[in-house]
Amino acid sequence: MKDNGNLFLPSGHSTIAPGTDALFDFIYYVSIVFFAIVVFAIVYSVWRFRRRKNAGLTSGVAQNTTLEILWTAIPTVLVLIVFAWGFKGYLRLYIIPKDAMEIKVTGQRWFWSFDYPDGATSVNDLVVPVGKPVKLLMSSKDVIHSFFVPSFRIKMDVLPNRYTMTWFEATDTGAYDLFCTEYCGAKHSSMIGKVRVVGEREYAQWLESSSKAGEGMPVEDYGAKLYVQKACITCHSVDGKASTGPTFLGLFGEQVKLEGGGTATVDENYLRESILSPQAKIAMGYQPVMPTFQGILKDKQIDALIAYIKSLKKNGNK
Amino acid sequence: MHNTAGGHPAHLQHHFSDSEQQASASKLGMWLFLLTEMLLFGGLFAAYSIYRAWNPEMFYEAHKQLNVQLGMINTIVLITSSVTMALAIRSIQLNKRKIAVRFLIATLLFAAVFLVIKYFEYSHKFHLGQLPGKYYTFTGLQGANPHIFFSIYFMMTGLHGIHVIGGMGLIGWMLSRTTRNHFSPEYYTPLEMTGLYWHLVDLIWIFLFPLLYLIG
Amino acid sequence: MDGIPAYNYLNTPKGWKSWLLTRDHKRIGLMYLFAIMFFFMIGGVFALLIRIQLLTPNQALVRPETYNQLFTLHGAVMIFLFIIPSIPASLGNFVLPQLLGAKDVAFPRLNLASWYIYVVGALFLIYSIFSGAADTGWTFYTPYSTQTTTSVIATTLGVFILGFSSIFTGLNFIVTVHKLRAPGMTWFSMPLFCWGLYATAIIQVLATPVLGITLILLILERLFGIGIFDPAMGGDPVLYQHFFWFYSHPAVYIMILPGMGIISETISVFSHKKIFGYKAIAFSSLGIAFVSFMVWGHHMFTSGQSEIAAMIFSFLTFLVGIPSGIKVFNWLATMYKGSISLAAPMIYTIMFLILFSIGGLTGIVLGALSVNVHMHGTYFVVAHFHYVMMGGTVMAFLAGLHYWWPKIWGRLYSEFWARVGALLIFIGFNMTFFSQFILGAKGMPRRYSTYLDQYQPLHGFSSVGSFVLGAGFVVMAVYLIYSLFRGKPAGNNPWGGLTLEWTTTSPPPPENFIETPKITHGPYDYDKVIADNG
Repeated sequence: MKDNGNLFLPSGHSTIAPGTDALFDFIYYVSIVFFAIVVFAIVYSVWRFRRRKNAGLTSGVAQNTTLEILWTAIPTVLVLIVFAWGFKGYLRLYIIPKDAMEIKVTGQRWFWSFDYPDGATSVNDLVVPVGKPVKLLMSSKDVIHSFFVPSFRIKMDVLPNRYTMTWFEATDTGAYDLFCTEYCGAKHSSMIGKVRVVGEREYAQWLESSSKAGEGMPVEDYGAKLYVQKACITCHSVDGKASTGPTFLGLFGEQVKLEGGGTATVDENYLRESILSPQAKIAMGYQPVMPTFQGILKDKQIDALIAYIKSLKKNGNK
Repeated sequence: MHNTAGGHPAHLQHHFSDSEQQASASKLGMWLFLLTEMLLFGGLFAAYSIYRAWNPEMFYEAHKQLNVQLGMINTIVLITSSVTMALAIRSIQLNKRKIAVRFLIATLLFAAVFLVIKYFEYSHKFHLGQLPGKYYTFTGLQGANPHIFFSIYFMMTGLHGIHVIGGMGLIGWMLSRTTRNHFSPEYYTPLEMTGLYWHLVDLIWIFLFPLLYLIG
Repeated sequence: MDGIPAYNYLNTPKGWKSWLLTRDHKRIGLMYLFAIMFFFMIGGVFALLIRIQLLTPNQALVRPETYNQLFTLHGAVMIFLFIIPSIPASLGNFVLPQLLGAKDVAFPRLNLASWYIYVVGALFLIYSIFSGAADTGWTFYTPYSTQTTTSVIATTLGVFILGFSSIFTGLNFIVTVHKLRAPGMTWFSMPLFCWGLYATAIIQVLATPVLGITLILLILERLFGIGIFDPAMGGDPVLYQHFFWFYSHPAVYIMILPGMGIISETISVFSHKKIFGYKAIAFSSLGIAFVSFMVWGHHMFTSGQSEIAAMIFSFLTFLVGIPSGIKVFNWLATMYKGSISLAAPMIYTIMFLILFSIGGLTGIVLGALSVNVHMHGTYFVVAHFHYVMMGGTVMAFLAGLHYWWPKIWGRLYSEFWARVGALLIFIGFNMTFFSQFILGAKGMPRRYSTYLDQYQPLHGFSSVGSFVLGAGFVVMAVYLIYSLFRGKPAGNNPWGGLTLEWTTTSPPPPENFIETPKITHGPYDYDKVIADNG
């Protein structure tokens, strides 16, 4: 069933979405009816019973038990229907299909990383096959985040030291927004990713190629790709602009002052240490907020990033 | 009875129609205040229950570190101070001001004893490193997160202790007013209200003591 | 009655010391009124800054870190310095004793203490703005709030202190309603605003201490690393959410119940008709207060709580909505066959009915579990609570302000400019917040300082609306202030009301009633009595 959304909702692309949207529509239309009653009653009374010259005495009819019962019972029945329907849909979200493929999701400030069954990883791009249930096993490395894909109508908080779970089955290929929706600090608004739903064969190919990523291209180009893919771009610019972290433009070879005194030369070892143990040396004037990429970047990828950063010389040379 | 020129008692505030209404209002007000205190401590009792449910063995082991004798003495001390407080009020009702003053002094003394004993307990824990949260350095307890017990211990007894100190201030003020002859069998409402507060402070301890010191 | 009466609570007694040490509930109410209007303006300025930032996705106005402080301050100021005290401490303080036929509240000195505690709490919050304003959101969720370097402690201490002000006001009102009604005024013959304030006061007294202990725990966690909310030390960050919402959900009924009480008054007076369903409305207030304590988990449906808990909270959430619906129907029935005047208080009353209905109905959307999963944490929630808090409480507050303004000051304002202001507010409000329902349903998350391009049209529209809304309030400020100097004298009873405050002069004398009032009719007996317009 195609879920094209409506005035409020975006088009839905998971097996859960039609159910959620149908309930929303029900509440929406019933609400319109009740709202119309309220507005009509007001407009009618104001027009029909507008005060003429002197107010005078008005009707003393001030209670009607039948009416009270009616306008208590009817809304109660309606909300109970909504409650039951909503609970049913909620259970569908919570009871995870046994054959679901599991992907580990890690939320941290300020990006998402994904670990796939065969050992592949990705950052901010969640690649999944269409038409297959996917279970997300999630935890946070720092504060509470929340994993939200509007097109799938799913959301689940991501907690430190604990696992939370949700699942979905995507019904159409495409790329869908993924937002962090539990406030987590400075770059909360940038903690955005994409769920890329691809055909089964494409998914298998992607898995295979991600382990061979970087082959057949200059190492600086691979580094440039990783700079975006692994979300370094969230906090480091390559054009000199100030951001949460130091710009990479002209960084290699510089002498940097450090917080707490001392200086360091930005060489390969400094860059590698900054990636794996970012709290070891903090450049002066910056906050100690960079997460570690231990376990997220393979050595080959660290090499590529270093090569890329080296290539970012000032005065126009790429 | 001190009447003003207008013919009504000095203690009667102008927006009340008579003493009964004023006294009755004061009582209701104080009971409501005590209710808020119970809810304030209620949050800590809830935290205690939850963490106890999550760490039953650790709580059992850790609570053995507390000195039950001192806790017992403190319980008796507080209960006795509640009795002397009640007797002070009774004395005023019987128009025995000087005896009321003595009972109020006794209440203050017992409260002070309570605090002194707590001081000894606290300093012993400081000495051993049995401190809340990140300051916990005691090594004599096995198990995960033994600091949780002591965090809760210090928070609950600490908040209670603050209320004991506040109560002592109130009782001291009542002592001063009693010596200055502000109260009589016709009017002793502030004394009564202070008594109610003090009984709650005592009651909270009567819950704290078994939960922290006794149950295994 | 010709001019302003010579002997009234404004000029008797004289001197600034007589104001600072006053025990007159009317003066205290007035001081609160100035304070909450001032903080409404401050909170509104923060809101406009937020909307300017969100006009485009280019982060043009402030850095993300500053934006996070802006929305935290907007929430904290609006909730703790404006809306929670708003109706009870200002209008409630002013009018409650008069409605009951009393000379003052039960504990006038406690009332003054409440005021000063409010001031101290406000100072802490203001200080925190300059000492590195908190950037946690007004909800202070852990672990972020225990780790951030901004001045969380100053902010939460301020809120903690403000809590005492709220508790003491509530305590005072409960005792006043129980003990100080004039002879002959039974529970079921007192005005419904008193019922509203009473139900509110119950919540204030029972719920606020839990906020108190929650904030203490948060402060201790920051200071001493207690670890109660820190998973690395065996604590649970979600426990914080339970503690926090246990207060903060009932708190929203502290916000709306007094407003509903006002609507019961204005709708009866301006329809010139007996309130329909007096007992239903009175009991629904108590019912809401009672059930409000049992639904806090509906703020946490995606937090990882169990399905059973979610089910219970969802079920009770729907139940708590029913009494509000009952009230709306009874108010509509009151208008039927009445004699309706569209004076400013009635305009705001009607705005309340329309906007609160939308807010309440969208609460049904959020209470439904499966839909909540999609809507939680998005602008849909932001729109919902602005519709009920601003479209509801603020509109009711404005209705009450316009209703009792002549009594407070002895002067009338310009009806024409009141309508201009109301129109701007109505249009601006809907522009700002209806678009946010759509934004949220389309996936736009809350607390974002920037956004994806697809959301720009609606954000832009919302931002423009916020300035129309602001303009409406500026108009209101101007005509209200003008009325203080040039307004026509109001007389005792410009609206023809039947509650006791309209039997005194405008402004009233310091002691409210020279003699204890004799109750000769009910507060809504428009079928029996024609009010003396004095």
